Formats: sequence, C-alpha cells, structure tokens
Amino acid sequence: MALAKLKADAAEARMAGLTLPSGFDGARKDALGRVAAMGLPSKRDEYWKYTDPTSLTQPEPIAAALFDAQETPLFGAVDRVKIVFVDGVFDADASDDLACEGIEIARLADAAGADIHWASELYGTLETRGQSPVERPLAALNTAFAQDGILIRATGKAAKPINLIYLHGDTGSDVMLHSVVKVEAGAEVTLLETGPAAARLNSVLEVEVATGGAFHHVRSQGRDHERRAVTHCFARIADESLFKSFTLTVNGQLTRNECIIEMLGDDAVAHVAGACVGDGTAFHHDDTVFITHDALNGESRQVFKKVLRNGAVGVFQGKILVKEGAQKTDGYQISQSLLLDGDSQFLAKPELEIYADDVACSHGSTSGAIDEDALFYLQSRGVPLQAATDLLTLAFLAESLDEIADETLADDLRDRLESWLARRT
Amino acid sequence: MLAIKGLMADLQDEDKTILKGVDLDIPAGKVHAIMGPNGSGKSTLSYILSGKDGYEVTGGSATLDGVDLLDMEPEERAAAGLFLAFQYPVEIPGVGNMTFLRTAVNAQRKARGEDELSAGDFLKIVRAKAKTLKIDADMLKRPVNVGFSGGEKKRNEILQMAMLEPKMCILDETDSGLDVDAMKLVAEGVNALRSEGRSFLVITHYQRLLDHIQPDVVHIMADGRIIKSGGPELALEVENNGYADILAEVA
Repeated sequence: MALAKLKADAAEARMAGLTLPSGFDGARKDALGRVAAMGLPSKRDEYWKYTDPTSLTQPEPIAAALFDAQETPLFGAVDRVKIVFVDGVFDADASDDLACEGIEIARLADAAGADIHWASELYGTLETRGQSPVERPLAALNTAFAQDGILIRATGKAAKPINLIYLHGDTGSDVMLHSVVKVEAGAEVTLLETGPAAARLNSVLEVEVATGGAFHHVRSQGRDHERRAVTHCFARIADESLFKSFTLTVNGQLTRNECIIEMLGDDAVAHVAGACVGDGTAFHHDDTVFITHDALNGESRQVFKKVLRNGAVGVFQGKILVKEGAQKTDGYQISQSLLLDGDSQFLAKPELEIYADDVACSHGSTSGAIDEDALFYLQSRGVPLQAATDLLTLAFLAESLDEIADETLADDLRDRLESWLARRT
Repeated sequence: MLAIKGLMADLQDEDKTILKGVDLDIPAGKVHAIMGPNGSGKSTLSYILSGKDGYEVTGGSATLDGVDLLDMEPEERAAAGLFLAFQYPVEIPGVGNMTFLRTAVNAQRKARGEDELSAGDFLKIVRAKAKTLKIDADMLKRPVNVGFSGGEKKRNEILQMAMLEPKMCILDETDSGLDVDAMKLVAEGVNALRSEGRSFLVITHYQRLLDHIQPDVVHIMADGRIIKSGGPELALEVENNGYADILAEVA
C-alpha cells in the first residue's frame, strides 16, 4: 500500500496548484477522479521502470533554457494552416485563420462557449479507453487540466495540412495541451506538430478515424536541449481506415512518447514510427506503444530507430495485443538502436500477446555499433570519417523516415537531419 | 608513381607478420600485376596501402608521387589519388548509390580545393559512364551494392573508379566471382581508363584477367614478399605450372 499512498500523494501535490479550466466540464471531472484513483506514476510502476517520471510528476517544472535554432521553420515550404502556441498559449497574430476546406477547426479554449457536439463526445473518451490494461495517469491529468489545444473535424479531404507550432518563450513554462481529431468516413487530414513547446510539456492527442478515413501525423519535437515532455496519442480506428504517425526527436532532456491505438474495424492499417538522435548522459528518450487488434485483417507496423551517443539512453516499450477473433492480423514491430559509443544504452521491451490463432506477428530489436566495413568503404572513396558516420547514421534512420507517406514532408525532415548532424545537432 | 620499399606489417590482433619486406615500384602509366598463392599477403598489401584498420606497419615505406601514404587517413589517401577496387564490395543499406557517388566525388574535390560538381553536371557524367559499363538507372538508384549480383558489384567498383579518376588504381581480385562476359566488361572499363598519368596494380589469381588487361610487369608474391618479377609471360607460366616451380626456384 505504501506505493499507492506515494502515488496518491504525488497526484495531490501536483494538483494543489492547478485549477480546472471550463469547457468539457463532465469529462474534466471524470478525469480528476481517474487521477485521484490511480495516483501519478512512480519509477516502481512496471511501465516506468526504465524512465524516471519524477520531473514530469513533481509540482514545479525544471527550468529549461530557450534555444534559437537559427534556421527557417520546419515544413516552411509546405502550404499549410499554421496554428501557433507560445508556451501553450494560442497566438492569434502568429496563426493563420482557423479555416481550411474539408475540415472544421476550433480552439479547445473556445469550446466552453460553443457546443461542439462531436468534440464533447470524444474529449477524454479515448484517453479513458487507453487507461486499460496499462494506466496512463499523466494523460488523465492532462484531460482534467489542459488549458488549450485544437479540435479538428475532417469531413472531406483537407486542402492543406494543419501545423501545430509550439514555441518555447519562458524558461519555466509548464504546459498541458489537449487536441482532438475526428476524421469522418472517407475523409483525410494531415496533422503536423513542431516543437519545442515548453520547459515541461504534457500533451494528449485523441484521434478517431471513421470507415475509410485517413489520418497522417508527422511530428518533430524541436532541437532545444533541456525540455521535458510526455506526449500521448490515443487513436481509435474503424474499417478500412489508415492511421500513420511519425515522430522525430532530436535533443531534449526527457521525452516519453506514448501511442495507444485500438483497431476496431476490419482491414484497418496503423503505422507508428519514430527516429531519435540523442547526445549526452542527460538525454533520455522513451517510446511506449500499445496497439490492440480487435478486428479482422488488421495491419500494424511499429518502426523505431534511435541513434545514441555519449551516454544517451533510449527506451522502447512496444506491444501488440491481438484479441480473440482478430484473425488474419499482420503485426510487425522493429526497434533498433545505433550506439555510437560504449557509454550509451538502449533498453527494449517488445511484447506480443496473441489470442487469435491465424495471425502473422513478428518483432525484432537490435543494438549495434556503426558498421566498420561500411565506414572504411566510404573513407576509401574519399569521404571523411565524420561525414561517413553521418551518412551511415542517416541510412540507419532511413527505414523509419520511409514510413512517412508524403515525400515532401519526409524530404524536409531528411534534409534537416542531415544539416543537424553536420552541425553536431 | 607508387613506391613501396621494404614494407613490413603485422596483423594487429594476432601478433602475426603478414608482409615481410615488400618492394614494388610502379611508374606512371604502367600496369603491374601481382599473383601469388593464397595467404601470400596480396590483399593485405592492398588494405594497408588504402589504410584499413587492423594492421600495424612495422617497417618500410609507401609513397604516392613522393607523398607518404602510410601517414594519411584513408580519405586523404583517396583524395591524393589512390583507389582500391574491393574484392568484396561492401553493401550499405539506406545509402543510395547515386548519393554515395556524389558524396565521394565532391568530398575528394573539396579536399583538393576544387569546386563541388553541381547536381546536373554530376548526373550527366554518371549517366554517360554508367552506360558504358551497362549499369542501368535502377542500379544507380538502389542502395549501394545491396542486392547486386557479383558482376554488378564489380561493375559498380569500376564506375566509382571512373567517376573518381584516381591516378593509382589497385584492383583486388576484381575477377573473382565474375563470368566470362562480366570479366570482359569490367576489363574494358579498366582499359578505357588506362592513360599515361594513371597506373594500375592488378591483384589476381588467374591469368585470364591479364588476357584482357595486359600488364607491363607481373610480380609473384609469396609469404609476404615479392619473390619474382617478369613480363606477361610469367603469368602464363603460373597458369601452366602453378607456383611450385617458382617457389622451388627461389627457395
């Protein structure tokens, strides 16, 4: 009982300084109840064994220095709807009009005054479903206290991608953002997220994709060195729908990206991928993925690649759960790390739990150093050691970037990565 | 052009001496061949000249146009004009062949203080050279050597050589794993590069390659030394009688 008490106390201490915003009052109140019941995570929880949640759960955030990337914004060449948040506060002047053909867009903070029926039905709903079988108390905390976010409903094919741009302006900012996306039958939307957001970020993204709909998510978490972030993506996808999510993480001090997907309709496809580059003992990056197959002919892929050097730590906890009756499931999971020195660490926990007898599920996890033969081959052709190492590093990450459907977006990320590596991030 | 004097080298991990004093002088524009039984140190010589890790030079010298090779990083040797066509070209998943070639060409140009080639110019040159080696657009697009047949890999080596225009080319058993037609194609690629300012060191087990790439001098290497040198007829002698006679003769 000591652990439960510890977790309950942590929740109480964390919530003491917070006030419930208005809008989605019922959902917030329910979430409050969930946090009280679960408490906040502790390192003694099975799913936090490899990542210490203390800096995410303690009442005050740890300050994070601002970082000026001194470069043109990511996806700058893409025609997109820009929605800017500075330390979690919507910046109307810096943002485009919240309008785009094929979709409806609203601010979460405006939801209190407007009766956005579809959003009330979803807000907190997918997060609640995602609490079982593994508890995610920080997501419930977010549902209760999120100050702002974006509500997107796609009714057709969105004319442009929506880009949530998170800027960090205050070294002590503590931010909770909660966004909800509903993709109606046959509709399609692309959501871009670019960081770094805040000194401490807790975000929740709930995504429902209806029959034949498609949701594309491409995210880059920023090059700042000190932020701490826990992000959650909860998705529920229907028949013949497509869900694709890719995250690039460079720098940051602590990043935990959780992705929980329920495949409820037949012939659905869900791909989750991530590339991460970490340098130094302060870097800790955690991908925690849970995909549930609960229908026929589902296809899921998890592709995660981490490049770690100078004592950086990477964690992967990925699960494929195939429920009884989810026949013909095709599940694939790969997590790989490239350890550029002997001090870096990769901790992987791949899990498969299968209750159907006619499925194909495979998983693999590797850790390795750079290929010396390939390095020499490149050098023997005149490529200097550092450039050769960068080239092989990009090649290692390539498989995860290939998961991005839109080539323009993928190329932008590839080019950035290349220049960041050349500048030693 | 390439001057090797009394070169001695050990395998680093195993306290084993591989080269026991190699002397070799290849003037500009000449083609020299090295033949020799397995384990005589032929491939080791090519690796040491190009700067592979794992060997320790314990004596002697190797210079390219008077510049000490052994003191340079592998990429500096390449920029200085040395090229090794690998016996087993390395597969590099995730790196496109074209990206690889352009990176290499431009890295060398940069090291020599020359301007980088524009993407357009580069493409034009690659396409023309690839065509003569029967390398199609697909092979240029694929990751370096991944899924290439033995012949494709060797042709890809020659394409790299053609693009990099080195002055000293070492071919390490470039004929191994090639069928007759592929060998001819590779030899034609090499012959097209022969010029007054460019020298070749051809390491091979078989005289057949030397039918296609006519050497000026043939050396026989055994137990870490060059034990006999002669004209092309030396290769024929090996082909007909093996190494036993030569080994007995110098013993």
